[in-house]
Amino acid sequence: MTTSTIRPASDYPPGGDAFRHRHLIGIAQLTPWEISYVLDAAEEWVDLNRAGAAKHNDKLAGLTIINAFFENSTRTLLSFEIAGKRLGADVVNMHAAQSSVKKGETLIDTAMTLNAMRADAMVIRHGSSGAVQLIADKVDCPVLNAGDGRHEHPTQALLDALTIRRRLGRVEGLTIAICGDVLHSRVARSNILALTLLGNEVRVVAPPTLTPPAIERMHVTTFTDMDEGLKDADVVMMLRLQNERMDGAYLPSAREYHALYGLTPKRLEKAKPDAIVMHPGPMNRGVEIDSSIADHPTRSTITEQVEMGVAVRMACLDILTRRQRGVAGWN
Amino acid sequence: MELKPLLITNARLIDGDTPRPGSLLVAGGRIAAIDPTDIPDGTETVDAKGQWLAPGIIDLGVFATDKPAFHFGGITRAALMPDAGPLDDPGLVERAAKGGKPDLWVHPVAAATKGLAGKELAEIGLMKSAGARAVATGRTRIADAGVMRRVLAYAASLGLVTIIHAEDEGLTAGAVATDGEMATRLGLASAPAIAEAIAIARDLALVEETGAPVHFRQVTTARGLALVRAAKASGLPVTCGITPAHLFLSDTAIGDFRTFARLSPPLRSEDDRHACLAAVADGTIDILSSGHDPRGPEDKRLPFAEALPGMAGAETLLALGLNLVRDGHVALGRLFDMLSATPACVLGVNAGRLEPGKEADLILIDDGTPWQVDAKKMAAYAGNTPFDGMPVQGRATAMWKGGLRVR
Repeated sequence: MTTSTIRPASDYPPGGDAFRHRHLIGIAQLTPWEISYVLDAAEEWVDLNRAGAAKHNDKLAGLTIINAFFENSTRTLLSFEIAGKRLGADVVNMHAAQSSVKKGETLIDTAMTLNAMRADAMVIRHGSSGAVQLIADKVDCPVLNAGDGRHEHPTQALLDALTIRRRLGRVEGLTIAICGDVLHSRVARSNILALTLLGNEVRVVAPPTLTPPAIERMHVTTFTDMDEGLKDADVVMMLRLQNERMDGAYLPSAREYHALYGLTPKRLEKAKPDAIVMHPGPMNRGVEIDSSIADHPTRSTITEQVEMGVAVRMACLDILTRRQRGVAGWN
Repeated sequence: MELKPLLITNARLIDGDTPRPGSLLVAGGRIAAIDPTDIPDGTETVDAKGQWLAPGIIDLGVFATDKPAFHFGGITRAALMPDAGPLDDPGLVERAAKGGKPDLWVHPVAAATKGLAGKELAEIGLMKSAGARAVATGRTRIADAGVMRRVLAYAASLGLVTIIHAEDEGLTAGAVATDGEMATRLGLASAPAIAEAIAIARDLALVEETGAPVHFRQVTTARGLALVRAAKASGLPVTCGITPAHLFLSDTAIGDFRTFARLSPPLRSEDDRHACLAAVADGTIDILSSGHDPRGPEDKRLPFAEALPGMAGAETLLALGLNLVRDGHVALGRLFDMLSATPACVLGVNAGRLEPGKEADLILIDDGTPWQVDAKKMAAYAGNTPFDGMPVQGRATAMWKGGLRVR
């Protein structure tokens, strides 16, 4: 495994100019250097997370972080919770299933309620595109988007970029194939934005029924033939296929999807010999990805992505709360 | 109460492409004469001070009886779409028709099918007797072509025009935007623009067969307009309309998830917008209406896909229409055909022109007044305008309904 060099702090504008955002709503608002600033910051947290038993830093001690998840999630919620706790913050989780959202309270009212409890940061996931932006416009603290509808999932794109950078030594000039249900995927949208912004060739490989209209306007090339789409790729990024897409409306069946778009060892041969395979999880083994690839010790990055997820989220929470914490240069 | 005769002097009359100096006499609630020579005793005189005198706007297809907004916008008659209610019962129609008294004409549009469900014919004949002036499919089309065929033939036999919403329900299921870069970047479910042309094509075939007159309330795509253009050329009894939104905005307006720009049909591509402007210029589009659909924060301050479509358009209709004249897309006379005369024909009302014998629904317009659209200060009961902040010019300053001063 190669590890890329972290840029020296002097490469970035001083203080808060290095990351000029109050919220993290999407990759669409970020510049390339802001992305690499977050990735560099995350590298430090990777080291801390690996440093044996005492994984604690008290940077955010005394701060309250609310994880408001209006859509079910296990791993993202857990990842944000661990990230907050490792930084010493008090982390509270709110699940929509247990909340007054079920009683008909509007999203804005829920947001105002959380705001009145004086959270220092909010991490929000919602099933509707644009919902996190709507909340961010109404509250006083930084808001981190943990996924809104099909729109964006910025921390996933950042952790994917970090994983690629650590595995391949760079995240520019690469050929990256994003494969699967791109139409319904916020992970795909954020990754397309981040990876094209950083100067990679991004391909979208998907059945025509799951390719978003006008996606080529996002500076990607589209493929419906998986073998062609994987040709000489450095990175193969698989997406999760939701079970409800396989009921005949978008796809005839799971077995047909596997036959045409499943990542098998034979198909992976089309990519570069050292190409890495990524998946945001949770996987449908035997549908979009074969187990032998998912568990491959050198080519699969799936567990490493989960590890990078915690580091990237620690970096984001740290950076976005610097203004409240009065860190020098951040005002 | 007998109204005194009314003389409006020193006006510039809008009865052609150029406003011309003149005066107008109203007697018995109707226009009695243009540039009269004999003035009856006891005539009340109003000095228009050089302002434009135009027929009141007839707004074909609104979703609420919102008097303050209509009065602000110079709208003297509003054709009320059947969706609220829905207006599928003679009693409801009769009540809706009285909803504007005494200072606004409300012309209810009857629901074509019971509950607007698209299954069974509604009591169109009884609703006509109760005051309905047209029939409509509501916010959606009738999916079943067999039902639609019967609706068209039945309405035509009663002398009513059927007002159609043209979007194919299969293609647009779940969609909140038009296919394109904007919808894809925002991650919004979208439908191809051809959903409109497909719906229009089916209904034009039914019109050809039944001979029934129809009005497509909003045609917003190049392909849809091409079909309507061809149908008119072959002599079919077809008219179509549009609102200012699809003439002045494209789907870039939904960026940042602006729910005030969530409309039905959704905003289209820039190419389609230009096709709409061309269709206004060449006469394919007959009617300009507001689509007035005021929606409060409970319907609009939501994530984009959960917000309801619609805009408050009554107040901005005239000013944005005048933009079409200033930009050289239409002549002034044709703008008022689109705003007043043609809607009057569709509804079968004796109004919409400055001609002796017509109902005296009149507005004075100060065409030079600059003002700014402000969503927070609208007369409408909700300020959901996609034109918030836009500087515009021209507004109604006075208004008469059947010779009665209402503003």
